[in-house]
Amino acid sequence: MHKIWIIIQREYTSRVKNKRFLIVTFLVPLLMVGLIVGSAYFSFKGTEERKIAVVDPNGFFKDKLKNSKQLKFEFPTDVDTSNYKEKGYSDILLMPIFDGERKADYILRSKKSMGFTLQEKISSKINAAIEDQMLEKAGIQQIVLDSIHASAQIAELKAYEDEGKKSKESNAALAMGIGYASGLLIYITMFIYGTMVLRGVMEEKTNRIAEVIVSSVKPFELMLGKIIGIGAVGLTQFLMWIIVVITLTGIGMGMLPDDIQNQVQQMQQSNGQMGAAGLAQASESAKNVYAIQHTLATTNWPLIIGCFLFYFLGGFLFYASLFAAIGSVVNEDPQDAQSLMFPITMPIIFSYIITNVVIQNPNTPMAFWASVIPFSSPMVMMARISYGVPTTVPYWELALSMGTLIGGFLFTTWLSAKIYRTGILMYGKKVTWKEMIKWAFAKS
Amino acid sequence: MEPLLKLSHLVKHYATQKAVDDISFDIQKGSIFGLLGPNGAGKTTLLRMITGIFYPDGGTIHLDGKHFDPLLDIREIGYMPEERGLYKKMKIGEQALYLAQLRGLSKAEAMERIKYWFEKFEMQSWWNKKVEDLSKGMSQKLQFVITVLHEPKLIILDEPFSGLDPLNANLIKDEIYALAKKGATIIFSTHRMEQVEEICDHIVLVNLGKKILDGTVADIKQQYKEHIFAIETTHPQLVKDNTLFTVLEKEEKNAQKVFIKLSQTVASNDVLKYLIEQQIPIISYNEVLPSLNDIFIQLVEDTHAKARAFQHI
Repeated sequence: MHKIWIIIQREYTSRVKNKRFLIVTFLVPLLMVGLIVGSAYFSFKGTEERKIAVVDPNGFFKDKLKNSKQLKFEFPTDVDTSNYKEKGYSDILLMPIFDGERKADYILRSKKSMGFTLQEKISSKINAAIEDQMLEKAGIQQIVLDSIHASAQIAELKAYEDEGKKSKESNAALAMGIGYASGLLIYITMFIYGTMVLRGVMEEKTNRIAEVIVSSVKPFELMLGKIIGIGAVGLTQFLMWIIVVITLTGIGMGMLPDDIQNQVQQMQQSNGQMGAAGLAQASESAKNVYAIQHTLATTNWPLIIGCFLFYFLGGFLFYASLFAAIGSVVNEDPQDAQSLMFPITMPIIFSYIITNVVIQNPNTPMAFWASVIPFSSPMVMMARISYGVPTTVPYWELALSMGTLIGGFLFTTWLSAKIYRTGILMYGKKVTWKEMIKWAFAKS
Repeated sequence: MEPLLKLSHLVKHYATQKAVDDISFDIQKGSIFGLLGPNGAGKTTLLRMITGIFYPDGGTIHLDGKHFDPLLDIREIGYMPEERGLYKKMKIGEQALYLAQLRGLSKAEAMERIKYWFEKFEMQSWWNKKVEDLSKGMSQKLQFVITVLHEPKLIILDEPFSGLDPLNANLIKDEIYALAKKGATIIFSTHRMEQVEEICDHIVLVNLGKKILDGTVADIKQQYKEHIFAIETTHPQLVKDNTLFTVLEKEEKNAQKVFIKLSQTVASNDVLKYLIEQQIPIISYNEVLPSLNDIFIQLVEDTHAKARAFQHI
C-alpha cells in the first residue's frame, strides 16, 4: 500500500507542476464564459428577418397575420411566384381560397430555405389567424379578441413540485441548464482524463520503464496508482475551476451599473416581494439578475456538487481502467491506439447523446435504464438529478445507480488489470481483441 | 556452500509455445554468472520469473535457502532490463529517488545513497537535468546506479554494456567486480561472448526454452575443445599430414603459423616429440581452445532459433 502512495504522489505532482495544467485551469473557465456570452450574443444578433408576401385571393387573412421581429407579412396585390424576389420579398405564401370549412393547403416558396422553427411559427400564426376569423364569424368582436389575447399574457406559469407536505418552486429551465452543464462537463473530463491515463500507460510501455517498475511493484499497483493520481489531478482542477468561476462571477456582478446593483439588493432584502410599484420601478435587467440569483440560491447545491463529484470519480474510474488496458496493449504506433480506443469512446459519445434526450424527458424508462447502467449513468444521472431528488429521481434509484457504478468500476478495474498485466510487458506484436479477452478471463 | 539462487524445474508456457521448459541451475553467492542464449531462447522470461514479474507455471525458485517470495524478496534484487527505460520528462534526481523508494528505501536513505553514487560516477551536475537531455551512455550509467542503489544481494544485468564507450564500459565493469567482491551475486545476460569470457565465472546457455550448457567457462572450453594446436615455425611447409594429425588451413597473415588437428587418442606430447624428431624448428606450440562464441554458434546453429524469434510472444 505504501508503494501505491508513492506512485500516486508522482503521478499527481508531475502533472500538477506542469505548466499545461495551470494554463488549462485558468483558460477553460474563461473559454466557457466566452462561449456562453458569445452564443447569447449571436442568438440575439444572428436571427434572420423574413419579409413574406402573402397572396390571399379572398382576403381571408388580411390583417389577421401578426407581424413579429422575425416575420413581416405584407399583402401586396402585384406579386406572384415569378417576381417576389425582385420586389424585395424573401418568401411568398400562397393561400388557398379558404372558407374556413374544407381542408386546404397553403404553399410557401422561398428564396432561401427556411428553418424548421420559423416554419412552425408561420403555421401557428396562420392557425391563430384562422381561429380569430372563426371567432369573429361566431360574433365576437375584434376588440374583445384583442383584450382576450392581452389578458392571456398576464398569467405566468409557476411550477411547484410536491414533496411530501412541502412544495417548492421548480424551475425546469434552470434544472435543464445545470443538468446539461454537469453532463457536458463529465463528458469532456472523461475524455481529457481518460486519454491522460492512456497516454501515461503508453509512455511507460514505450519508454520500457514499465519493466523496471513492475520488478518493484505489482502491475496492478502501478495501474491503480496512475489512475488514482490522475483522478486526483481532475479533482484539483475542478476545485480550481469552481474558485475561478466564483471569483469571475463576483467580478462580473461588481461590474454591473450601480443602479441595477442597488435594485437587486433591494429585491434581495424584501425577498422579491416588492409590491407592484417597486417591481415596476425595477428595470428589466435588474429583475433578470435577481431571478438568476434567486433560483441559484434555491438550488440544492450540496446535493448537486456531491453527486457531481461522485459521478465524475465513478465514471472516471470506470472508463480510466479501460483506457489503461488499451494503453497497455498499444505498441509504438499511435494509430493502433486510435482504433483500439474506438469501442471505449463509443459508449461515452452515445451516453452524451442519451443525455441530450433525457434532459428533455427526465422520467422515461430510457432515462431510468440509462441512469443505472454504468456506461452512461455518470452523465445521464447528473442530468436527471438537477430536476430534483427525490421528486424526479427517487432515493432508491439514486442508490441503485451509485451501486451499479461502484460495481461497474470494480469490474472494469479487475478486468483491465488482467489485460494490463500481460500487455504492459509485451512488445512488437499487434494484439487482437480476441487475445485481450482471453487474457482478461484467463485464470490466476 | 548453499547457493544464493536455486532454480529447479522451472516451466513457463505461453499460449503458443513453451518459453521456459524445465530449466534448473544454481548460482553461487558472490559469483558472476552468465546467462546466454540466442534471441527468443527464453532468457527474458527466465529473468522475469527470477525478478518476480512472472509466476512460473511449474518448478520452484529458492533465494538464499528460502522459497522465493516476490513481494518480500524484491528488495534483495536489482534488475536492469535489456530494454531500459526512464521517464523522459522527469528530472534525474527525482527519478532516482522515486525508483529507489519503490524498491523500499526510505526517502532519507535513498537520498544518501544517490548522493554517494552520483559522486562516484561524477554525475552530481545531472540532478536537475531531464533524461531526454542525456546521451545513451549517460542514461545507461544512470540506469546502472538505479539498479544497484538499494544494495541488492542479487543484481541482474541484461546487456549492461550496450551503447557504452570503452571508458564507461570499464567503469561499469570495475563496479561489477567490486560489487561481486563485496558479496553481491551478479547475473549477466548478453550475446557478447568476449565479455562473458572476460567477466563470468560460470555460465548457462539456454536455447528453445531448454538448458543446453552449464559450467565454468574453463570447464566448458575443455569440454568443447577440438584438439587443435597452433605451431609457429620458420619452416611451415615441413608440417604435413600424418597419422598423428592433419593440417588445417594455414594462416594468411602470419605465414609462420600452422594449425593442426590431432587424431583421436593422440597425446599432444607425442606430436611435439614427432615435430622435434622431424627437426622442424619450433618457435611456439600451444593448444587452441574454442572461443565461447564458437561453442555458442556450434550449439545453437541448426536449431529453429531464428524462426522462434518471430513467434515469440
